[in-house]
Formats: sequence, C-alpha cells, structure tokens
Amino acid sequence: MSGAPVANVRRGELPSAPQILEPRWVRNVLIAIALLFLTLFLFVPLVSVFYEALKKGWDAYAAAIVEDDAISAIKLTLITAVIAVPLNLVFGVAASWCIAKFEFRGKSVLLTLIDLPFSVSPVISGLIYVLLFGAQGWFGPWLQEHDIKILFAVPGIVLATIFVTFPFVARELIPLMQAQGSEEEEAAIVLGASGWDTFRRVTLPNIKWGLLYGVILCNARAMGEFGAVSVVSGHIRGETNTMPLQVEILYNEYNFTAAFAVASLLALLALVTLVVKTFIAWRLNESIADDVRISE
Amino acid sequence: MSAVLAASGPTAAVAKRGAPFRVMPGFRLSLGFTIFYLTLIVLIPLSAVFLKTATVSWEQFWNTVTSARVVASYKLTFGASLLGAFINVVFGGIVAWVLVRYEFPGKRIVDALVDLPFALPTAVAGITLTALYSANGWLGRFIEGVLGIKVAFTPLGVIIALTFIGLPFVVRTVQPVLEDAERELEEAAASLGANAWQTFSRVVFPTILPSLMTGFALAFARATGEYGSVIFIAGNMPMVSEITPLFIITKLEQYDYAGATSIAVVMLVVSFILLLTINLLQAWARGKSGK
Repeated sequence: MSGAPVANVRRGELPSAPQILEPRWVRNVLIAIALLFLTLFLFVPLVSVFYEALKKGWDAYAAAIVEDDAISAIKLTLITAVIAVPLNLVFGVAASWCIAKFEFRGKSVLLTLIDLPFSVSPVISGLIYVLLFGAQGWFGPWLQEHDIKILFAVPGIVLATIFVTFPFVARELIPLMQAQGSEEEEAAIVLGASGWDTFRRVTLPNIKWGLLYGVILCNARAMGEFGAVSVVSGHIRGETNTMPLQVEILYNEYNFTAAFAVASLLALLALVTLVVKTFIAWRLNESIADDVRISE
Repeated sequence: MSAVLAASGPTAAVAKRGAPFRVMPGFRLSLGFTIFYLTLIVLIPLSAVFLKTATVSWEQFWNTVTSARVVASYKLTFGASLLGAFINVVFGGIVAWVLVRYEFPGKRIVDALVDLPFALPTAVAGITLTALYSANGWLGRFIEGVLGIKVAFTPLGVIIALTFIGLPFVVRTVQPVLEDAERELEEAAASLGANAWQTFSRVVFPTILPSLMTGFALAFARATGEYGSVIFIAGNMPMVSEITPLFIITKLEQYDYAGATSIAVVMLVVSFILLLTINLLQAWARGKSGK
C-alpha cells in the first residue's frame, strides 16, 4: 500500500514529452509484456468473477443474493464496516494531528507501531483475540461468568476488523498533514479562533481528500477481510458469517454459482473503490499543485 | 513508553520554528487518545501472543516449531513468497516503466487496475484464481492440456496466488522514483555515446534499485502472512501444499492454543525482521534520491 498515494500525488508534475532513447521495437515489446502480464493476473480474474456468477443466468444470480444467509452476511459486513471505519477515522485524525503538528521524542517509534498491524498475518490478527477472549484466554472465564460473548460473535468480528484496518486513515493523513505544515492553523489561532473551529474550518478542508482516500481504503479492507475474521467468527450460518466467509462456505459446498454471486458483490465494491480512489488521487493532485503554487 | 513520548513537545517546536510560544492546541488530547487507542487495539492484544508463549516450555516450543510438517510449511510459505516477489520485481518493474515512460490507449485504466489486488477481498481472489487455474478453468485447461502442468492444488498455485496479491507493491514503489528520475542524465549518457542498454543498466537501473528492493521486500512480507487467496488454490496437502498461516488455523481448530501461538511467534518475529529491513531499505532509497 505504501507507495500508492505518493505515486498518484506526484503524477502530472513531469515536464512534457521527453525524448525516448530506446528503439521503437523495444518499446512495443515492453508494452506487450506489461499488458500481457496485467491481463493474465488482473483482467482475466476480474472478468471471470462476473462470468462465473452469471453463468447460470440472472435468475440464479438474483436468487443467490437474496437468499437469507447471504442477506444476513451482507448486513453483518455492513455493520462491521460502520463500526470499524469511523473508529479508525477518529484515531487517524488524532494520530496525524499530534504527529504532523508537534515535535516530540519517540515519534518514529509511534509511527512504526501504527504501521504494525500491516505486517502481522491476518491469521495472527485473529489469533490474538482468541488468546484474549477465548475460553482459555485471559478474559475468557470472566466473560463466561458474566455471560458476555465476544469470540465467535459479532464483537470479535468487529475487533479483528478494527485491528487489520487500524493504520489505513492514519497513514494517508500523516504525510499529507506533514507536507501542509501548520502555518494556516497557527494564523487562525492567533486571530482568535478556538481549537475546534480551527480544525473544522482550516484543517478539515485541507485534508478532506486525503481523509476520504484513507476511509475508502479502510472500508474496502474492512468489508473484505477474510483471514482474521475467519479465526474469530465461529462460522455460524446466518449469524457470524460476513460476506467473505459466506463466499468460502458456499464454495466449499460446491455451490459455485452462489459463491461467485456473493463474490461478485465484493468485486463490485473493489471496482467502486478503485474508481473513487483514482478520482480522489486526481483531486489530491490538484490541491497539492495549488498549495505549491500558493507557496511559490 | 508514554513517559518518553510525553514531554518536549513545546520546546522542540519552539526550537524548530523559533516562535515565542506554542500556539497549536490539542497536543495532549490527540497524543493521549492515539496512545490509548494504539495500546488497547494493537499493543495489548499483540503482547498476548508473546505472553502466551512464555507459558510454554522451551522444549515444547522448539518441538512444535521444528516439527517436520511445520518446517515443510515454512519452506512452501517462504519459498513461494520469494518466487512470487521475484516475479513481481521483473514484471512489476516492466509495468512501472511502461506506465511512466510510454503512452498507449487505455493507460489510465490500466494504471488504476494495478491496485486491484489491494481492493479485491482475498477470498474472492482465492476462489477466482482456483476456478481459472483448475483443470477445466480458462487458463488451467490450456496449461494442463497443452503443457501438461497442474497449477491448482499444487505449490505452483500458491506461487500464482502470492504473485497476484504482491503485484501492486513493486509497481507502486518504483513508479514515483521513475517519475522523479532526471531524464537529463539519460540524455547526457546517450549524447556521450552510450547505447540504450548501457544507459539503462548504468544510469536508470542504479536509480530504481532501492525502490525495486523495497517493493520486493513489501511483496514478500505481505505474501508470507497471506491466507485468504492461497487456501483455495493450494489444495492444502500436509507436507506438500500447506502454508504456515493455515497451520496456525489447524492448530486452533484442534484447541491447541499453545501450538498455534508458538508458530505465530515464529511468524511474527520474521515479520518484525522484514519490517525493520523495509524501513532500512526505504531510508536508503530516500538517501539515494536526496530527500
């Protein structure tokens, strides 16, 4: 994930039409190799999701999606994202505010710790909650006494999702806010604006595209997470299955059409994410270009 | 740790900007919340893994993490991750080059599509790749029928899945470096008589090498922990096509928490070493590009 926003941000600043040194045939061969590779690994799989889903016609497709377990999986996925994304959004804003606007010791340690969930295997992200809340876990006996279910229930799924999507908003906002500096906020404060007003009317308009970018990526992962959720869910049909888990169950039952039907909804989500992401990257580009123009 | 993080905010800010007083509000609130949330969501749960392992005797730990089946899963996981990352360095490098340097119809769409493996849920990728590469799938039919090679349900399938999920890393780390590369240097090399290959190998390649290596490490790190896209296509045969993350799940399903945690610790240590390596590589890349 790391290079992505930077790549998009820098695009468009290049001086135009530089001379190409290599022979034309080299260029054509390289373009052909790149397109062939991307076709095989990206385009064909993407098309085949929809092909497999619609293989038995629209009726079978629609029936698979409005089926009770599928509907409850869709609901659970939405509930999970609705809880996990705002929490990580608030965290992302707080973390980027203190990291971008202030100097303090231990900042680089804090930055590394924020990135930590990205380097942990999804399976381990689920395992840690089993160790905390499972029957043999730290809080297991206490939870059982008080009849609170976290593991193999919705709270566990939400917690595991929060963990795996933890860094998304923060890591988009931190570099953006660092690049923007805090002169504008300082001016607002000196002129008498309150901290909250300054954030709402100065910072927020400046970071809105970066914020949205992080939210979009966070949401895509929250709705699509499989490994971590699979460990904590318990796979109870109609109760603790999110959409990706529903895909797995249907697939393992050899109900391929239904599996791909639910999968196609997730693939659509991925496509929408890519479109919105591309659009936001383009807006980010513009706003940064504006900043550069103003400061020059 | 909070003690280390706390103090020195205002003074450092003053020293840097030379302002007479610190005007920005919300330092305590934002840092306090950040550390609280980080501790609650990440640090306490992660520490559970290490504390749980501490209750396992060293001998038991060692026997678990070096048993023949687990060692076979390391070999597959790390071997396939290395190969997948290597494939991505070669083709991802070419893709990045083509996207930055050449114009062709549909380029913007192709560029946006590169991020698909980040956006597509891993379970969807898993079942799709399996359907494509199984004996009667679009690609499997050809590969098995014409070349006589089985892909799905073999280690080869694992490599395919890990190549897929690592694809964007190399492209997205190399792309910005190529965009910033000073084209004048290449033109100078050419005007001094270097041919296209010499220009590439002596001027361009050294510039993008750190980012290629960073992309490689990122793709490798992601692949070692990957679960969803692999388990469908792998076939999951013990000793042959069973990846380490799946092994953790198997142990959990047998209620062998100690065993699952021991293997998780090995994987976590590897992840932390990779994270450190990636940070060093990125520092090197920044130093090289003079930023």
